Amino acid sequence: MGTIVLYCLLYAGGIVFLAGCIVRAVRYSRQPLHLRWELYPVPHGRSGELKIMLPEILFLKGLWEFNRSMWYVSFPFHFGLYLLAAGGMLLAGAAAAPLAWFPAMHAAYAFCGTAGALLALAGALGLLARRIAVRELRQYSSPGDYLNLLFFAAALVLLLAGEWSRSAGSPGPLAILRGAATFDGALKLPALLSAGMAVGAVLLAYIPMTHMAHFIAKYFTYHQVRWDERANVAGGSIQKHMAEYLMYRPTWRAPHIAAGAGDRTWVDIATSNPTKGGAR
Amino acid sequence: MKSAVTLSDMSRPGRDPLVHLENAGLMPLPPPLDDPARERAWQALSTQVRERYECGLDDTCALSFPQPKTEDEERVLVGKFLSGLDKLFSRENNWTFLQPLLLTMEHCARCQTCSDACHIFEASGGNELYRPTFRAEIMRRLYFKYVRKGGLLSAFQHGEVDLNWPMVARLAELSYRCNLCRRCAQTCPIGADNGLVAHELRKLFSQEMGIAPKELHDNGSMLQLKVGSSTGMNPAAVKDNIAFIDEDISEKTGIEVKTPWDVEGADVLLIHNAGEILAWPENPGAFAVILNAAGVSWTMSSELAAYDSINYGLWYDDAQFARVALKHVEAARHLKVKRIVLGECGHAHKALAVIADRIVGGDLNISRQSYLPLVRDIVMSGCLDLDPSRNNFPVTLHDPCNMVRLMGVVEPQREILRAICPQFREMTPHGVDNYCCGGGSGFAIMSGHNFPDWRFHVAGRKKLEQVLKAFEDCMDPSIPKYLCAPCSNCKGQFRDMLAYYGLWEQNRILYGGLVELVVNAMRSVKPGFIDWEWR
Repeated sequence: MGTIVLYCLLYAGGIVFLAGCIVRAVRYSRQPLHLRWELYPVPHGRSGELKIMLPEILFLKGLWEFNRSMWYVSFPFHFGLYLLAAGGMLLAGAAAAPLAWFPAMHAAYAFCGTAGALLALAGALGLLARRIAVRELRQYSSPGDYLNLLFFAAALVLLLAGEWSRSAGSPGPLAILRGAATFDGALKLPALLSAGMAVGAVLLAYIPMTHMAHFIAKYFTYHQVRWDERANVAGGSIQKHMAEYLMYRPTWRAPHIAAGAGDRTWVDIATSNPTKGGAR
Repeated sequence: MKSAVTLSDMSRPGRDPLVHLENAGLMPLPPPLDDPARERAWQALSTQVRERYECGLDDTCALSFPQPKTEDEERVLVGKFLSGLDKLFSRENNWTFLQPLLLTMEHCARCQTCSDACHIFEASGGNELYRPTFRAEIMRRLYFKYVRKGGLLSAFQHGEVDLNWPMVARLAELSYRCNLCRRCAQTCPIGADNGLVAHELRKLFSQEMGIAPKELHDNGSMLQLKVGSSTGMNPAAVKDNIAFIDEDISEKTGIEVKTPWDVEGADVLLIHNAGEILAWPENPGAFAVILNAAGVSWTMSSELAAYDSINYGLWYDDAQFARVALKHVEAARHLKVKRIVLGECGHAHKALAVIADRIVGGDLNISRQSYLPLVRDIVMSGCLDLDPSRNNFPVTLHDPCNMVRLMGVVEPQREILRAICPQFREMTPHGVDNYCCGGGSGFAIMSGHNFPDWRFHVAGRKKLEQVLKAFEDCMDPSIPKYLCAPCSNCKGQFRDMLAYYGLWEQNRILYGGLVELVVNAMRSVKPGFIDWEWR
């Protein structure tokens, strides 16, 4: 029974994570096209963007440049998560790969998973310590910020302890993954590793509901705000959007806006002159 | 001096300022301003001002908002604030900036990376009140509590905040302790934009509550829409003034200068910041000399607002911004010009060439450009016959934020200066990494009460440090030095700040525009266009 519950949790965690990310991404993508608000330098072309994006995503280059002390704990945390994600993908690959590939894949996912978990754990604890110790971080932290980091630390400790303490011959991550794929209720799961996986699944589901989903936001802040210098050209998509927005009826109440009772459009307002005697 | 102010202090009852600033606690300045004798004491706000206006934030007052007389009045104002807060996050009311605002509200990790990038925070000696995340964090908590209707769980996740009138009044003032230079946003690893938060707060106060600095609204955008210019000049007055400038510049240069008005079908409609015409007439004069000498087909327009490129709405109000931007492009359409070229005004560049881009469609979408590439092309073409030795004095360049970080125009001004100024030296850092002059977002024209004291001591301090370091090898008053500031607002800030610290009188640092240097180097012009006199 407990085995099946864990399988369900693993599936639910993954599904909620994906759904949460999609909902968040769709929500931002459906926001109206804003006025231009770019920040220079703006890279041009795919290669120009990649030159900025890859060091930023993989190595947190911005943090390295502008907040070095934070980088020392944030980089291991994030890079550890990348390794964990890579380990997870290798694990899934190993479950489906031909038997001959197994030793290499096992070594790869074991390395990525262990190194990733260790790095991420060190980073999470470092971030937590800084948030507690550094006044300017502490003052702006909510209880939720501490919980988030503790949540990561707890899941990672349980996963590492579970993997290292399980007895020889007991199911490891690959066996559990295979068991989950076939809903094999007969599998005898090691308690600590199972607990780690359960907490990890809940954590995964929780991430998109918090600001920790900034990996989604970052796409929009870079591509649709900082780097969006598309010019408004005749007949282009921007004009179509503007045609819709300029018909919106704002309800701002300051007298100079002259929005009436919400019956005037942005066009009406922008083409009016609020000054007495001013030209209309 | 580290301030111990906390987020919850913002809602502290009463009107006592949360922080008190003293020179000793500010970022130290390099020589010669490391000498305490050259520091200036702050003028304190008078008791009358403190009793009349909401001044409960710090030692100054930007808004002069009258104190409500009763608790009922306070409740009504808090209600209006909440109503405006809701509107900031609604599509119909704030489509203009909703997406970047939401992204910033929901993803700041509060890592404080942006803090070190903020010149105001640094110059204040790390005063907590001026940390870029301070006002943004208050706004974020208000958003989750009142817009997203978060309960206890939300408070646990995002933090608690108490909303009352003192908080609203302080937040209004605090939105005017940021230059909107967005240097903080540039360093944010996530792309959150705490400068935008200050901008959006200003909008809320203006568009919902009618609260904005008099200099920006009543004497700014409203006056511009009423008579044509925030300087108060109507079309007849501006034509008179330009005629006078033409005459004066003709005499000074030995070249007959005539500014063309309302020429239909001209290639270029040149729009100056009208402040130049009154305060620095040599600047529009220099433009006329250059454009005429290069044979450019150009004109100025005497239509309402079309002879003043300023658009203060950029800093505090979307409706005012759109109204003025439309006036500018309508004038260009009426004259059937090929393009609008903006003179030396940074915010006018950003406002008309970039921000207005998406709202000017159809036949109003006329090409809008900075003057910098045009003047660069003229200088590089060789048609002006320039003698760089006429500019053989130390010159440094101030980068207006609106032109570089916010618009990407970085190289043309440097190409010009390298070509005509043998002693050109850069500030550190410069280009897109520059520091604001401290006058950005309207501060250069805000002079109520003792606000200039704050502007010079805090907002402009980092730039002052840069200027002094750029000229550190030649501070001797026998060497005249030129601080090139190709932006009217920046020049206003430098004029006031250099005078405040006696840097012209004692060290001979003069400020001025870029086109003046070009004309000063023209062999066909009588020597001495830059006359090294304070103005």
